[in-house]
Amino acid sequence: MQHYIMNLTLKVWRQRNASDAGHFETYPVEGISSEMSFLEMIDVLNEKLLKEGKEPIAFDHDCREGICGMCSMYINGRPHGPWHNNTTCQLHMRAYQDGDTIVIEPWRANSFPVIKDLMVDRGAFDRIIQAGGFISVNTGSAVDANAIPVEKEKADYAFAAAACIGCGACVAACKNSSAMLFVAAKVSHLALLPQGHPEKKKRALSMVAQMDKEGFGACTNTGACEAVCPKGISIENIARLNREYMMAGLAENE
Amino acid sequence: MIDSKIPTGQLEHKWTDYKGHCKLVNPANKRKLEVIVVGTGLAGASAAASLGELGYQVKAFCFQDSPRRAHSIAAQGGINAAKNYQNDGDSVFRLFYDTIKGGDYRAREANVHRLAEVSANIIDQCVAQGVPFAREYGGLLNNRSFGGTQVKRTFYAAGQTGQQLLIGAYQALERQVALGKVEMYTRHEMLDVVVIDGKAQGIISRNLITGQLERHFGHAVLLCTGGYGNVFYLSTNAMGSNVTAAWKAHKKGAHFGNPCFTQIHPTCIPVSGDHQSKLTLMSESLRNDGRIWVPALQNDKRAPNDIPEEERDYFLERRYPAFGNLVPRDVASRAAKERCDAGYGVGTTGQAVYLDFKHNLIHKYGKAEANKLAIANPDTDTLIKLGKEVVKEEYGNLFDMYEKITGENPYEVPMRIYPAVHYTMGGLWVDYELMTSVKGLYALGEANFSDHGANRLGASALMQGLADGYFVIPYTIGNYLADEIATKPIPTTHPAFTEAEQKVSERINRLLSIKGKQTVESFHKRLGKIMWDKCGMARGEKGLKEAIVEIGQLKAEFWSDVLIPGGSDEMNLELDKAGRVADFIELGELMCQDALDRKESCGGHFREESQTEEGEAKRNDEHYSYVAVWEYMEESKWQLHKEALHFEVAKPTQRSYK
Ligand SMILES: Cc1cc2nc3c(=O)[nH]c(=O)nc-3n(C[C@H](O)[C@H](O)[C@H](O)COP(=O)(O)OP(=O)(O)OC[C@H]3O[C@@H](n4cnc5c(N)ncnc54)[C@H](O)[C@@H]3O)c2cc1C
Ligand code: SF4
Ligand code: FES
Repeated sequence: MQHYIMNLTLKVWRQRNASDAGHFETYPVEGISSEMSFLEMIDVLNEKLLKEGKEPIAFDHDCREGICGMCSMYINGRPHGPWHNNTTCQLHMRAYQDGDTIVIEPWRANSFPVIKDLMVDRGAFDRIIQAGGFISVNTGSAVDANAIPVEKEKADYAFAAAACIGCGACVAACKNSSAMLFVAAKVSHLALLPQGHPEKKKRALSMVAQMDKEGFGACTNTGACEAVCPKGISIENIARLNREYMMAGLAENE
Repeated sequence: MIDSKIPTGQLEHKWTDYKGHCKLVNPANKRKLEVIVVGTGLAGASAAASLGELGYQVKAFCFQDSPRRAHSIAAQGGINAAKNYQNDGDSVFRLFYDTIKGGDYRAREANVHRLAEVSANIIDQCVAQGVPFAREYGGLLNNRSFGGTQVKRTFYAAGQTGQQLLIGAYQALERQVALGKVEMYTRHEMLDVVVIDGKAQGIISRNLITGQLERHFGHAVLLCTGGYGNVFYLSTNAMGSNVTAAWKAHKKGAHFGNPCFTQIHPTCIPVSGDHQSKLTLMSESLRNDGRIWVPALQNDKRAPNDIPEEERDYFLERRYPAFGNLVPRDVASRAAKERCDAGYGVGTTGQAVYLDFKHNLIHKYGKAEANKLAIANPDTDTLIKLGKEVVKEEYGNLFDMYEKITGENPYEVPMRIYPAVHYTMGGLWVDYELMTSVKGLYALGEANFSDHGANRLGASALMQGLADGYFVIPYTIGNYLADEIATKPIPTTHPAFTEAEQKVSERINRLLSIKGKQTVESFHKRLGKIMWDKCGMARGEKGLKEAIVEIGQLKAEFWSDVLIPGGSDEMNLELDKAGRVADFIELGELMCQDALDRKESCGGHFREESQTEEGEAKRNDEHYSYVAVWEYMEESKWQLHKEALHFEVAKPTQRSYK
């Protein structure tokens, strides 16, 4: 792999706090190695800002290996940047060339208010889980793990849905700011497993109700969410959620 | 002085006897008791959820924006349990024995046995919660093997086991939030423990969005705040992982156990340059299927695939024929360092060895698939293609991660790997009940020192975190709280709260008033370098003594020249970081002290002065069969207490994996 050094121009959203209007600032960054990660490039810029007596850019990140779901930058009009199945923290600078301009914004959705600069409040996701994204089983009351065989294929699908990292890129990509992919991933994960069956109707209804209450938009099947999801969560899950929701709704009307 | 409260009786009956005799709190009284849980990783989320279910009133804290983001989420390879589903001879005793031996006989037998006993319940609990562990075609759970063992007892979910376990615990926690039993405080950092009459009665926390300091009362406080590997700056830990909560507790009277016991993991992606902000693990489970090698010739610059079989040195298989690539982590790490130091390392820096999957792609998976599909005499390309499919299912996310970081395809070219700091066996000293030396203050998960001795076996941290939270603390906390029923909640206007908050506030103001020239990050990097060079994979008296002096100088420089912009009553990420780095600096000093004191090699602690002629670690049971328990006296001064270790069942022998 050939490594190279580049100079870039960054246009970064700066916003002091939730009530500030916010604006773009332009920063040149120099001497960036193609081996760096995107966030390491921001680290370089932040160190420079600090030395110049300016405030560094606030952004969320923690694991830096694509699993905690904390990082969340909207890069050149795309959540998590140009790579497929990828998080911001796993994006590397070999995706860019010398002289490039990169525009960096926070997730934009009414249900994800900006806290500062590139940081947003995704508490709505936790509240959606609180509404029913669990199996009600108290510690100590479980049967032997092998007492309930699960068809491998179903288990694999459940796992694929459970791989969602709760990052919110799906919402950020959607023109309606819909959270359907996130909700669908959780509903699917639990509905596909026999352990999740007893509560599956209530779960679908309450999670969707909470999603609406949080102000996320409706799903119009544009598929933008699937295209940017770093974990490859399939839009088929939304179809499953719709089925679960309809069936639960029918059962309620019975 | 050091009372570990280990129950009397035979090893295998201790926990059952304890549970049969510990005090209980009746349901009506539980509602009146408030418990603070700091940290919502596997240990904290499982504890908070379970205590909420029992009826206690819980407040839980984490510094991330959601409990689901705790560093546990990043654990890859798997979780051990003595289920013996594979019928390969596993048992509670074997898991106990492997863990004690793997820890190089520096852990407490009673704790480790309890851990092995509850391990099976953890898997049951997680499956009931909907954790999608890997399964066989028959629908039953699958297992893989990990280092330091000869049975297959590791449960997994591809390379995302920690994620799936944490989401299970997180969902259980959110269910309690919805039921009103747990109040969740995200983006909050605990900055002190409040101790009244020798008992932990609350905490001071900072709201990381507004900068506000807050006071919270609790009848007991649980620290589930993770490990401190980031004292080395570069580690596989998440960027935010830190020692602050444990360190504040330490300064309030909680002793620190075996601070120098650090695990250096053999298979991580090597450092690529000065910009490096963290290191990425390639799970140990890969050593099931990958063979580790270096060129047999020094400074061999050929591409790996151009080096013929007979010119490769599979050094682990050569040195340790019985365990081969599956020797414990400390052994594998030192062996890799030895080869690189001797000039056999690969990659541009020469600080890397190969982890190669080709052999198993062809011979293990490829052939098995070809058999299944009844393909007669498949050629190598077909075998590789078939093998790839299987490997993708087992480790796909890890291979993708490797490719994203390095730009190389590990299905085609061997991975380059090098050891990196990964886990800290040391931590707050706790007794059998997980209580620290401050009454009512507990430590769970990686934050305590308890179960892994001088080296942790793979897939046992997840097990320990969940054991502590789901199955140990729910019993042991009752034994304490039963006597606290009469204690009325202490109003947070109590002078102890006021004083604690004032101290926290003074420290913040002191940090902000320095207005120096050097960034927090630059201090952290320098600390990391001192620690890695002198208290890392090999430690010698001379280096440790130098390190202590250098850290002292670094501390003085930090407190006179650190640069932190902004104020205290707003979000201030540099301030948050500065507080953590200041604590890391003090911890670094203690780690070097501890390493200096322990003039033996054991587990991850390799003292250069204590090795065999073949360069293997040499333990010294006669003088060092103890837990080093450090009591904080005043700045840079500690007193050492020793908790003697007694081995009644697993008699110490020199570890051999040959
Ligand atoms: C990359 C990687 C892979 C791993 N793979 C495996 C594996 O396959 N198998 C295995 O057994 N182990 C593995 N481990 C080890 C294991 O993941 C950890 O030891 C374990 O998850 C730690 O869990 P914990 O609950 O103790 O702490 P953590 O998960 O680190 O949680 C700490 C919590 O404390 C909070 N916190 C910390 N300080 C404060 C404060 N001051 N105020 C408020 N909140 C605070 C954090 O917000 C967080 O919620 C791995 C570790 C790493 C780094
Ligand atoms: S569905 Fe995908 S994009 Fe949406 S939160 Fe989950 S991982 Fe992120
Ligand atoms: S920082 Fe954890 S997913 Fe990006």
